[in-house]
Formats: sequence, structure tokens, C-alpha cells
Amino acid sequence: MIETPGLLPTENLFPIFVDAMFTKNFLLIMFLGLCSYVGLTTNSDTSKGMSMAVTFVMTMSAILTWPIYHYLLSPASIIGKDLTFLRTICFILIIASFVQLVEFIIRRFSPPLYKSLGIYLPLIATNCAVLGVVLMNIQEGYTYGASIIYAFAAGLGYSWVMLATAALREKLIMRNVDLFSGFIGAFFAATMVALIIVSYFSMVKL
Amino acid sequence: MAKKSFVGEIIRGIIKDNPVFVLVLGLCPVLAVSTSFANALGMAMAFTFVMLGSNIFVSLLRKQIPPGVRIPIFILIICTFVTMIDMMLEAFLPPMYEALGIFVPLIVVNCIVIGRAEAFANRNPVLPSIADGIGISIGFAAALILLGTIREILGTGALKLMMLWSKEGELGFYPLSDIPGFSFVPNPITFPIEPATVMVTPPGAFLTIAALMLLFKIMSDRKRMKQLRKEGYEI
Repeated sequence: MIETPGLLPTENLFPIFVDAMFTKNFLLIMFLGLCSYVGLTTNSDTSKGMSMAVTFVMTMSAILTWPIYHYLLSPASIIGKDLTFLRTICFILIIASFVQLVEFIIRRFSPPLYKSLGIYLPLIATNCAVLGVVLMNIQEGYTYGASIIYAFAAGLGYSWVMLATAALREKLIMRNVDLFSGFIGAFFAATMVALIIVSYFSMVKL
Repeated sequence: MAKKSFVGEIIRGIIKDNPVFVLVLGLCPVLAVSTSFANALGMAMAFTFVMLGSNIFVSLLRKQIPPGVRIPIFILIICTFVTMIDMMLEAFLPPMYEALGIFVPLIVVNCIVIGRAEAFANRNPVLPSIADGIGISIGFAAALILLGTIREILGTGALKLMMLWSKEGELGFYPLSDIPGFSFVPNPITFPIEPATVMVTPPGAFLTIAALMLLFKIMSDRKRMKQLRKEGYEI
């Protein structure tokens, strides 16, 4: 019998946080959301906007999808039928409609923010990092609290890698290192940043 | 669009529109599951199923889909096939299902599949769409398997060639040497190099794809230079 995980976190939150931010970083270790990473890190302003938008959408979709999965789709839910095969389709619909809603709200209440985030918001609906976060939450069987923390930390992990790479690439492009303006440069920069994480956390055991 | 032959469409998908090296789309699964030859093969098969299914159905429904809501409809069609392959893998190939993890459900948001639905299948009849699906899938599979092979050889110093096969009624990925007719293939094939573990870790994936892209760029640049010299430019 499958039991629904509780609402309040019973897990140790520190390892979850560090995992999502560093050791299982979404961009560099799990390879999720690379399209935006390669495309947007040539400029630190756009990557800042994208990071903020992704972190927000990730946290909000974790808040929305956890109850839907555990109270409607899972066999332990109030319906009592195994509807877990519908999870992918449900999550993608929830994320897409939520992104649409966020777009309307931001456009209505904060035009300057909309202007800076505007073009990235629709992109987030098909960003695999967001779908990845909600699927990981289900797969790991986190409680509600832990899943929100995990999603927020994953967003922070996404952000710092975006900003670090953008800083690296922007500087190199400014120095006319031509290689770093294209896709190839993005991957070389990613290699450097990923090596830092992997080698640091292979020495430092938490 | 000009009329093209079935084979021509397939070849265009493999070379001119190669999804990974030319269009630079759908990189997440390419980098994540290319740790070994077998994983790359499994992912390539799952991707081919989704790509073909989505291209066929989008192309069949192209006159019924209202342009305003086409993207959500594409996603629903793709999602149906992803759910199907997800359940099939879970039922028939549990080890592969474990190894691919969340990357099977994530084919839904793979830019290649949506991109081809939008750019090709929505505008073309069924037969060219099937050809496009086959070509793009082969191009994707080739990139994935190339990356997987390189990383496995450099990272472990050996290569295990695996194949989908049913042995004693058990469907699964078995070494090529276990399959009748291929027993001459050594298992695993070893190479006289010092294994560099970094190649099977995430930075290795980035390094391999960067090096491969650089290689392809140099090759295409050389070709263009040759072309220009032939036309009489001094370079």
C-alpha cells in the first residue's frame, strides 16, 4: 500500500538543499534546461531575468503539482485509482497554464518587470528544468515542505550557474575571444564550471 | 516546399538538419544519457518512437488543428506517445527504464520534437513527415551514440556493444557477442588507453560535445574555404 507523504518536512533539509544547488545541479550535473543556458548566457542581464523567472516558476509549480499528484493521481489518493500514468500530461498542462497566468499578472501589475522578463516567460513552459523538478519531487517521494525547498534550491542552483557562466562568457566575448560567442564556447565554459563543482564536491564530503 | 524524394528527406534530416550538431536542439538527453553505448541506444529508440508518432499524427491532423492553439495540441499529441513509451519501457525493459530515469517523460519538452511538429509536420503530408521523422531520429541517434561511444571508450577504456534482443523469452539489452551470428565480436572491446574517469562524469559530457562541435566547425570552415578558393578568392 502506497502512503501519501506528509505535508510537513520530515527529511533532513540541509542535504536536499545542497544537492539541488551543487552536487545535483540542474544545469551542469543533471543536464536539464540547457537550451536556455546555451542561448542566454552571452549576456548577464538576460540571464539574470531568466534565472529569476525560472526560480519563481519552479517554486510555484512544485507548490501546485505536489497536491495534484498526491491527492488526485496517486493510488493512495481520494479517488483511489492508479492514475499515475497521467502525471506527465498533467504537469505539463499545469506548468503551461501557470506560466500563462504569471504572464498576464505581471503584464497587468508590473510593466517594467514584464518588459525585462517578457520574452523569457513563454520559454519557461517548455524548459525541461521546470518539468524535471516536479518529476524529481514525485520520484524521490518528498513531503510537501521538502518538495518546495527542493524546487527553490534547484532554482537557486540554476541561477548561480547561469550568472557564473554569463560572467565568464561576457568577459571573454568583450576581449574578442571569438570562440566564446557561439555554442561551442558555451560548452567550454560549462565544462569549466562543471569541473569546479565536481572536483570540489569529490574532495569535500558533506 | 519543393517536392523531394523520400530518401532525400531522410538524408536531409541526418546531415543538413542534424538536430544536435546543426540545429543545436534537445541537448539535455544527449548529454545526460550518453554515459554508455547501451543507454544511448535505449534513449535513441524511445526518441524515435515519439518522433515518428508525433510527426505522423500532427501531419494527419494538420488541417483540423486551429493555428491559435496549435502548440498545446502538439504537446498533447507528443505527451500521448511519451506516456506510451514510458509505460512500455517500465513493463518490458525495467533496467533501461531505471537507467534513463526522468529523461523519458522529459521527451515531452524536447525542443526537437515540438520543433519538427511546428516546422515540418504541420505543413507537409504524411509521407514526407514520416521521412523527416526517420531522418531526424537517425541524426539524433547518431549523435547520441557517437557521444556515448566516445565517452565510454575514453572513460572506461573499453566498449560494450549492446543490442536489443530477446534471450530465453526475456527482452533486454544483451552484449552483441551473445547474439547468434555475432559471436566473433569480443566483449567488451578493450582499448590500450588509460581510462580517464572524468569523461563519464558531467564535465566530460560538455567537453566531448564541445570538442565534437569544434571539429565539425573546422571541417565545414575548411570546406567553405576550398569552395571560395575554387571561385577565385584569395584567402
